[in-house]
Amino acid sequence: MTDPFPTYDVLAKRNTPSWDDQTREVVDRRLALPIAEGVLSDTQLATLRAIAARMCPDPPERPATTALAMVMHKIAKDQGDGHRLDCLPRTAECWRRGLDAIDAEARLRTSCGFAQLDADRADEILRAVESGEVRADLWQHLPSELFWKWRLLPDLVSAHWSQPSLWSAMGFGGPASPRGYVRLGENRRDPWEAIEERQRPLRGLPRHHER
Amino acid sequence: MNDNPREQPRALDGRAPDVFTRGGWVPMREYGEDEVDFVIVGTGAGGGTLACKLAEAGFSVVAMDAGAYWRPLEDFASDEHEQGKLYWTDDRIVTGDNPLHLGANNSGKAVGGSTVHYMMVSLRFRPEWFKSRSKLGYGVDWPLDWREMWRYYREVEQTLSISGPVRYPWGPKRPRYPYRAHPLNAPARYLARGAEKLDIAWAETPIATLSAPRGKAPPCVYRGFCATGCSTNAKQSVLNTWLPRALAAGAEIRDLAMVGRIEAKKGRVTGVHYHRGDEWRFQKARNVVVAGYAIETPRLLLNSATSEFPDGLANSSGLVGRNLMVHLNQSVYGYSQDEIRSYKAPPSLSLTEHWNYEDAGKDYHGGWCYMAPGPLPADWARTVSGKSLWGRELLDEMTRYNHSVGLKMVGEVLPDERNRITLADETDQYGLPVPRITFSFGDNEHAMIDHALDFMDRALDVVGVAQRWRNESETAHLMGTARMGSDRATSVVDADCRSWDIPSLWICDGSVFPTSGGVNPSLTIQAIACRTGDRIAELARNGEL
Repeated sequence: MTDPFPTYDVLAKRNTPSWDDQTREVVDRRLALPIAEGVLSDTQLATLRAIAARMCPDPPERPATTALAMVMHKIAKDQGDGHRLDCLPRTAECWRRGLDAIDAEARLRTSCGFAQLDADRADEILRAVESGEVRADLWQHLPSELFWKWRLLPDLVSAHWSQPSLWSAMGFGGPASPRGYVRLGENRRDPWEAIEERQRPLRGLPRHHER
Repeated sequence: MNDNPREQPRALDGRAPDVFTRGGWVPMREYGEDEVDFVIVGTGAGGGTLACKLAEAGFSVVAMDAGAYWRPLEDFASDEHEQGKLYWTDDRIVTGDNPLHLGANNSGKAVGGSTVHYMMVSLRFRPEWFKSRSKLGYGVDWPLDWREMWRYYREVEQTLSISGPVRYPWGPKRPRYPYRAHPLNAPARYLARGAEKLDIAWAETPIATLSAPRGKAPPCVYRGFCATGCSTNAKQSVLNTWLPRALAAGAEIRDLAMVGRIEAKKGRVTGVHYHRGDEWRFQKARNVVVAGYAIETPRLLLNSATSEFPDGLANSSGLVGRNLMVHLNQSVYGYSQDEIRSYKAPPSLSLTEHWNYEDAGKDYHGGWCYMAPGPLPADWARTVSGKSLWGRELLDEMTRYNHSVGLKMVGEVLPDERNRITLADETDQYGLPVPRITFSFGDNEHAMIDHALDFMDRALDVVGVAQRWRNESETAHLMGTARMGSDRATSVVDADCRSWDIPSLWICDGSVFPTSGGVNPSLTIQAIACRTGDRIAELARNGEL
C-alpha cells in the first residue's frame, strides 16, 4: 500500500510546542539506542533480526527504526510486564528459548536456520509458531502459541510502534505537550496534524447513508 | 548525584516534591520511626485519600509507597513507552482460563498509585448495587448505605473538580458537576449519535480532568496521553489533589518504600517492615492501613502470617485473596469515512449507562456501560495484532488508525471465590514471594459479553461504521480480595474498613469491594476512603479506636 501520509513527519515537529524537553530527550535516546551486545548468541540475534524483518517491517521510504534495539534492551534488562503466564519463564529466558526453538523448527523443516530462509518459508514457520502447529523438541516446555501471544508479538509490536517512523506512517499526531489539540470533531484537523492523501477506497458509509 | 526518582527517594530531609513546579519542594513533617497513629501502605485512591483525611483530623500519619514520587511537569514525557515507568511491572504470575493482563492495564507503581495513569472516569455506583443481593438477586450486599455514599461521592467530586453534565440521565437526582463538561471529540460524538439512533440516553462523561483552571493546575489541553500520565497536571489524581493536602496537614510520605510484612502480636499490630534505601527498616505504628490494591493488599496480609495468625492477617474467614474481580472491557471497532483521530482529547468523553440501570432484556446479572476509547499507537498495534495480523498486513491496517472508531464496555464481574491471589514459591527483587493470580470468567460474564458486544456492534452500525470487529479479550480494574461486610464469617473488614480479626488493622482500597458494579472504581474507592477517615475520627472521639 502507498503511504497515505507522504508529506508528514512527526520528527519535523520536534522544535514546536508539541514537544517538550523531556520528550525530545526520550525520543533522541531511543533513536540512538544501540543493539545490546553479549545478550544473545550470534544465532539467536540473527534469528530475532530475521523475525523482526518479517513481523515488523519498517515502512518504506521512512527512516530506519531502532525497534530491534528496544527489544534487545528489554531482554538485556530482563524487564517484565507485570504479568507472566505461569507456564512461561521470565522475559530473557523466554526469548532465548523461543528464538532457539524457532531456529530449531526451521532446521527441522528446511535443513537451514531461520535467518537463512526466504520470506515465504520464514512466514510459514512463523504461522506454525502462531498456531501451535510446531514439531521441534524445544517447544516441549514452551507452548509456541503462548510464546507468540504473550512475548514475541507484543514485545515486537510495542517496540515498533514506539518509533517516530511508524507514528508518521499511521498519521498519529505524535508527542503533544505542552501543546495538545484544539479541533476535536470528526474531519477537523489542527494545522500541526497529518494531512491524509486519499489514494485508496474509504471505508464506512458516508454520513447520509447512515441507518 | 543520582536524581533518578526510581532509584533515589525524593521525600527526605523535611521536604517532599512540589508536584506543581519543576524542581520544587514543599515542606514535609517527619516522624522518624517512633510510633505513629497510622502507617498507611500505598498512596493511591484509597491510601492517599485516607492519608489526607486522617492527617486533617489530627492523627500522625506516615504513608508509604513502593513507587517513585514524580513531578509531572518535568518527569512525564509524551510517550507511551517511556511512561511505562508508571506501572507495576514487578514479577507476577497469572493463570486460570482468562489470565489477566496487569501492569499497564490496571496496576500503578507510583506515589498516587494507579490514579497517576487512570482514565479519570468518575462514576457513582447505581444505588441498588450496594444491596445487590437483596434488591437485584445476585452477588452480596455491601454494609454501606447508598445515601451516605452519595454524600461522600459529592465530597470526592468537589475535591477533584469533576467536569460533567448539568443533568445526569441515570439514577437519583444529583447536583450538577463542579466544572462544565468538556467538548466531545469525534469518537464521543459517534457514541452520542449511535445512542440517539437506538433511543437510549447518553451523557458527557464525568471526568477528573479540568475544564477550567483550579489552583496551580491548568485546564486540559486535549493531548490524549491520559493513560500514560498527565504532563500538565490537568488530570486530577491523588498525586496532585489529596497528597498536597495531606502534606500540608502534617502527613509524611515515604516514596520507594516497599512494605514486606506487617508485625502483629497479641491481637494488635505494632508496625511494618519496609524496604527503603537498600535496607529493611521498621516503622512502629498503633494502626496499620493496607491500601495496596487488590493484589498487593492480600499479598501483604498473606505474607504477614505468624504462629498466631497462621493463614495470614485478617484472614479468619479464609477470604483474604479471594473473590478477585475485574471489569469486562471488551470492545467493538470499525472504520468510518470520517477522519476520527481518536488520539485527541481524553478517551471516554461520552458514555451511556443505559445497561447499568435497565434490567429488562438481560439473561445475566449485573450492569455495564460503554464509552468511546482513544488508543495510542503501541496500544492500538497490540490490539489490532490480536486479529492475527502481523508484517505488511499489520503495517497496512495501522494506516487506517485515523479512521478507526470504537466502543468499549465496563462490565460487572461477579465475585467468585476461585478467582484469587495466592503466594508463589518464587521471590521478587525484594525477596518477597511473588503473587499468583488465578482468574476465569464464569457463564454470567460470557452472557454479558455477548449481549454487550452485539449491542455495541449495532450502536456502531447505525452510525455508518463499517468492517467492524470485536476485541473479546480485555479486562480493566481490580477489585475484591478483602471484601467488606456485616458478618465476620463472610467478610474481611467491616463497613469502616476495619478488619474483624485485628482492630488496629485496616484495609482501604478496591480490595474491600464485595461486588464490582458496572462503572470504573476510582470514585467509589475515594468515597470509601473519605468515609473511613470520618469514621476513624469518630471512633477516636468515642474512645473506640
